Amino acid sequence: MARSHCEQIRAGRECAGGASLADITTLARAVAELVHDGDSVALEGFTHLIPMAAGQEIIRQRRRDLTLIRMTPDLIYDQMIGAGCASALVFSWGGNPGGGSLHRMREAMQDGWPGPLRIEEHSHAGMANRYAAGASGLPFAVMRGYTGTDLVEHTATIATVTCPFTGEVLTAVPALNPDVGIIHAQRADRRGNIQMWGITGVQKEVVLASRRSLVTVEEIVDTLDPVPGAVVLPDWAVTAVAVAPRGAYPSYAQGYYDRDNAAYRAWDEVSRDRDRFAAWLSDNVYGTVSS
Amino acid sequence: MTAGTTRDWTADEMMTVAAARALQGRRVCFVGIGQPSMAANLARRTHSPDLCLIYESGPIGAKPTVPPLSIGDGELAETADTVVSCVEIFNYWLQPGRIEVGFLGAAQLDRYANINTTVIGSDYRKPTVRLPGAGGAPEIAANCGEVFVVLRQLKRSFVERVDFVTSVGYGDGPGSRERLGLRGKGPTLVITDLGILRPDPDTCELTLTAVHPGIAVADVLEVTGWPLKVSPDLTTTEAPTEAELTVLRDLAARRTQSTQEG
Repeated sequence: MARSHCEQIRAGRECAGGASLADITTLARAVAELVHDGDSVALEGFTHLIPMAAGQEIIRQRRRDLTLIRMTPDLIYDQMIGAGCASALVFSWGGNPGGGSLHRMREAMQDGWPGPLRIEEHSHAGMANRYAAGASGLPFAVMRGYTGTDLVEHTATIATVTCPFTGEVLTAVPALNPDVGIIHAQRADRRGNIQMWGITGVQKEVVLASRRSLVTVEEIVDTLDPVPGAVVLPDWAVTAVAVAPRGAYPSYAQGYYDRDNAAYRAWDEVSRDRDRFAAWLSDNVYGTVSS
Repeated sequence: MTAGTTRDWTADEMMTVAAARALQGRRVCFVGIGQPSMAANLARRTHSPDLCLIYESGPIGAKPTVPPLSIGDGELAETADTVVSCVEIFNYWLQPGRIEVGFLGAAQLDRYANINTTVIGSDYRKPTVRLPGAGGAPEIAANCGEVFVVLRQLKRSFVERVDFVTSVGYGDGPGSRERLGLRGKGPTLVITDLGILRPDPDTCELTLTAVHPGIAVADVLEVTGWPLKVSPDLTTTEAPTEAELTVLRDLAARRTQSTQEG
């Protein structure tokens, strides 16, 4: 079987023995290669480093029937759901932080437009634990949570487990192992080692839990100088790396640019109306190419 | 303020000031999204400069100069003592009961202080209004030493029984938390724009224990969706001080400015 583009890139990098590679791959090629119709896809980033450019490239390539997974579906999932990419959503808090509601997501949930959206709803602690189990190669996670809430009744992926040592009944949630995990990081080196800092949420976990992974970065540098508190993902743990400058905008990339709070506020108006949203998509996504 | 003078503060300001005061003497607070964040930051900037603020996005010991618009603002990470992963925040810090106070908002709250932030309407699959959902709240409500809730008191938000239990208060009443194995005390204080409610120690029912200046008990009963009990020791909240209002308005102005910057 022919090797995929990303596999070829990886093989090439190994053969090159650390030789300089200016562009590891492009965002368009990475999405074409890694994200397929029907996949489960997790784009993570907690307010910070949200992979907006990658999400918009998925819209541009008109992927369909995706199961979108994300703790905090915000503008990017509102856009992907409104554009018709998703048939299911696994999440724990869906809102426009500080900016209002996600009207595309709400319309899909309440009225099934542009198509029905199945939902699987959790808490943040549950989602974080599900990714951690996925990253750890375990079938489920054990936690203290959900007990007494109505989420237990409506979400099939919340159960109980009895501790074999103490007999205590605890909550169990199944591992998340997305087909594709996508994150945005500050930078990578030329081998594809990833470095990110500031609020890094569940990004390490989602990359390690996913079958394939894509990391978009602000820039590629010769050397990853140490940054306090930084998370480093070694190149061999990541499937593909693509440069996407300002790829988290209008969220922020610590050390690169601030959150554009005005853009979050402005989204409420765009998202509220189907036609206005369609025009926005046409001008800002379909009518443009990724960097 | 003397009787008869026009008050120079709003009901929302009174609510935030009262919520901030509740944190006096506390060491560690897990801060929920929305109203709680402003109150927690007001507390830190007035009487409790050493209050450790923890946000579910990962910052521990955040000291923002601009109140965050979201709970993952860069300011939180830049000013924090440390920033940890979401898995760590929930598993190492929240779950074992290390956090003294959890501070939450709510869309709906009921007689037994159960919280709804999921859906309005009786059908989960066909809601009248879809709300953002749980976020960190269910485990904050379960595992913090105690929980404070801050929200405006309206007929649609103060209901006999929430449409959806997102986060458990006192469940069905006395003994519920114990039966469920919830280890924290649950909501011990509810601060609204009209007054303060606390659970009755015997029945767990939320009871009006204070009204804010200028608010009559009848005003509160009018917008409460169940026959609200009033404490025999009802007090009146002290009006916001000049100092509290100055700091609060400065924080609010900074946040407004940050939302307008492009």
